[in-house]
Amino acid sequence: MADTVCELFDCGHRACGGCGAALAARLVTQAAGADTIVVSSTGCMEVFSTPYPETAWKVPWIHSLFENASAVASGIEAALKKQGRKEKVVIMAGDGATFDIGMICISGAFERGHDFTYICYDNEAYMNTGIQRSGATPYDASTTTSPPGKCSFGNKRPKKDMPQILAAHGAPYVATASIAYTADLMQKVQKAINTPGPCYVQVHAPCCTGWGFEGDQTLAVAKLAIETGLWVNYEMIEGKLVKVKKVVRKPVEEYLKTQKRFRHLFKPTRRDAEIATIQTIADRNAEKYAIDIKLKKE
Amino acid sequence: MMQMIEGSHAVAEAVKFCRPQVIAAYPITPQTHIVEALADFVANCELDAEYITVENEFSALSACIGASAAGSRTYSATTSQGLALMFEVCFNVAGMRLPIVMSIANRALGAPLSIWNDQQDSISLRDSGWLQFYAEDNQEATDLHYIAYRVAEDPSVLLPAFVCFDGFILSHTYEPTDLLTQEDVDKYLPKFTPKERLDAADPISFGMYATPDYYHEFRYDMDRALKESKAIIREAGKEFGRMFNRDYSAMVEGYRLEDADTAIVAMGSICGTTKDAIDEIREEGKKVGLLKVRVFRPFPSENMAKALAHVKRVAVLDKNVSLGAKGALALEVKDALYSSGIPVKDYIIGLGGRDVRKKDIKAIVELVEKGQGDIFYGLRREVL
Repeated sequence: MADTVCELFDCGHRACGGCGAALAARLVTQAAGADTIVVSSTGCMEVFSTPYPETAWKVPWIHSLFENASAVASGIEAALKKQGRKEKVVIMAGDGATFDIGMICISGAFERGHDFTYICYDNEAYMNTGIQRSGATPYDASTTTSPPGKCSFGNKRPKKDMPQILAAHGAPYVATASIAYTADLMQKVQKAINTPGPCYVQVHAPCCTGWGFEGDQTLAVAKLAIETGLWVNYEMIEGKLVKVKKVVRKPVEEYLKTQKRFRHLFKPTRRDAEIATIQTIADRNAEKYAIDIKLKKE
Repeated sequence: MMQMIEGSHAVAEAVKFCRPQVIAAYPITPQTHIVEALADFVANCELDAEYITVENEFSALSACIGASAAGSRTYSATTSQGLALMFEVCFNVAGMRLPIVMSIANRALGAPLSIWNDQQDSISLRDSGWLQFYAEDNQEATDLHYIAYRVAEDPSVLLPAFVCFDGFILSHTYEPTDLLTQEDVDKYLPKFTPKERLDAADPISFGMYATPDYYHEFRYDMDRALKESKAIIREAGKEFGRMFNRDYSAMVEGYRLEDADTAIVAMGSICGTTKDAIDEIREEGKKVGLLKVRVFRPFPSENMAKALAHVKRVAVLDKNVSLGAKGALALEVKDALYSSGIPVKDYIIGLGGRDVRKKDIKAIVELVEKGQGDIFYGLRREVL
């Protein structure tokens, strides 16, 4: 298409219309700039962006395996150092590759203190293989391996707190971000890239196909996650919380109702106790990160 | 200069002379002395490399992928369980055509756990696309590292290489070894300057996925490169001989084979024992010779068929077993000799560190003369 502008993550890839991860890739590469080497894990983004012999990446890009992106990045960083080169190394990995299968490699690389930025695009399940649960899948979400049934309400566990785990490794910069807040996301990526050492940015990237909503609602859904307190955007420097996105909180129901993965909580019968449990998760987030804006009484 | 030096240390010296820019390794017996020596070299500025002390072997080879793709000469070492943990990465390295060299201090695979020598570990990766060199002694173990880098990095090859040497038997044994100098090696081994690398000035994508329209051809291309590397190995071995008087141009090497009726085929340190046994058997008037296999991948079938064309029978010594079939080397030898009709018998021997002595070789020669073989040699019936 002649009228499209060339970007570092270019048009023509095969992501679904309304893909949150594809938008994350655009924003991250824009923020990181051309002097960046991107390491991808196996997953949706790798598959929709690089069917041989085509590639959507206008920066040097490498994919090796599902679980080893941070080890591959360690090697790249070491080689660049030895060669006296200045490119930045950015990992782009999904939540399955990050929270689950890549955990050992990530822990090792963060402990060793390599200078790279790890971006986890978090769409809260294994989307590439057909929407199976991961350690990032939220409580009660329906996936193909956490289906609701006669004796189940969906995923049995809340999300793993990955940012805190990496902060505990001594990561100098850890942040959460959302594709719904683009300027904030790009600023965080730039901060991470310009902070020496292993930095982590976890980006909430709703998946219209996996979560069950129309592709034109991606940003609206992402925004509701923040507004209900089920996703908190924050920054940690040297393990200390320095910035939090505050909101006038809405009930979690407003977020849950937008997605088919939570449909079983409303139909055929409304599951008040489960919805209340999810509300408790949001309330705890609100308390822990002090996100509530207290409105003056009108 | 000739030195009395431990095998692992000699290998570490050779690796140092190869000037790897990035080393990533994880300790595992009996590979540890190599990586300890390299850590010492780096700590004392004798080797200007980034040394990544990874959290396991899987990450060791994964880090090597990153470093090699970024354009640095890259090295690792492992064995046994460590190599098994790298299984997935090994196929990936070869598929991405990254010329990483890795020392394998050969060791058995569990269960049951065994830290002792056989060659099951590297043999089990025979289909992964790596070149596989096997050393008879520590001199060969060191020299093969220079050759491995030169061949692997050749633009027409671009495939990774194992340099295999028997754990403990060689890795922990002191032998007089002629170490080259840095100057020597710099003359033999050119700098690693890959045409393609991760570089912001010229962005390319590495490791894309291939649909059924392309995958088949990718594999064919690797197979072709591996087979065509035989010519590069020959030339690299010859050039080494010209420069340092040790010729490694032959992928299989005969010992008293010219007039032999019975040929033994073997790989690794067992070849030394076999040569001594052959000398003694010859004194009894039996015409026995050895064909040593130095390169297992690519497999030198044609050279093997030629070298064994005149013998009446072949005994293959396998320090591995493809359970449910035969030893991996025997399967290759049988394939190479298929049209000749020469009988080939297989002897699984020395698994998990069981000693192989001259008298065992003599016993095997007697067995093959009687047409008895395709067995686990030397079973202790009392523990079965």
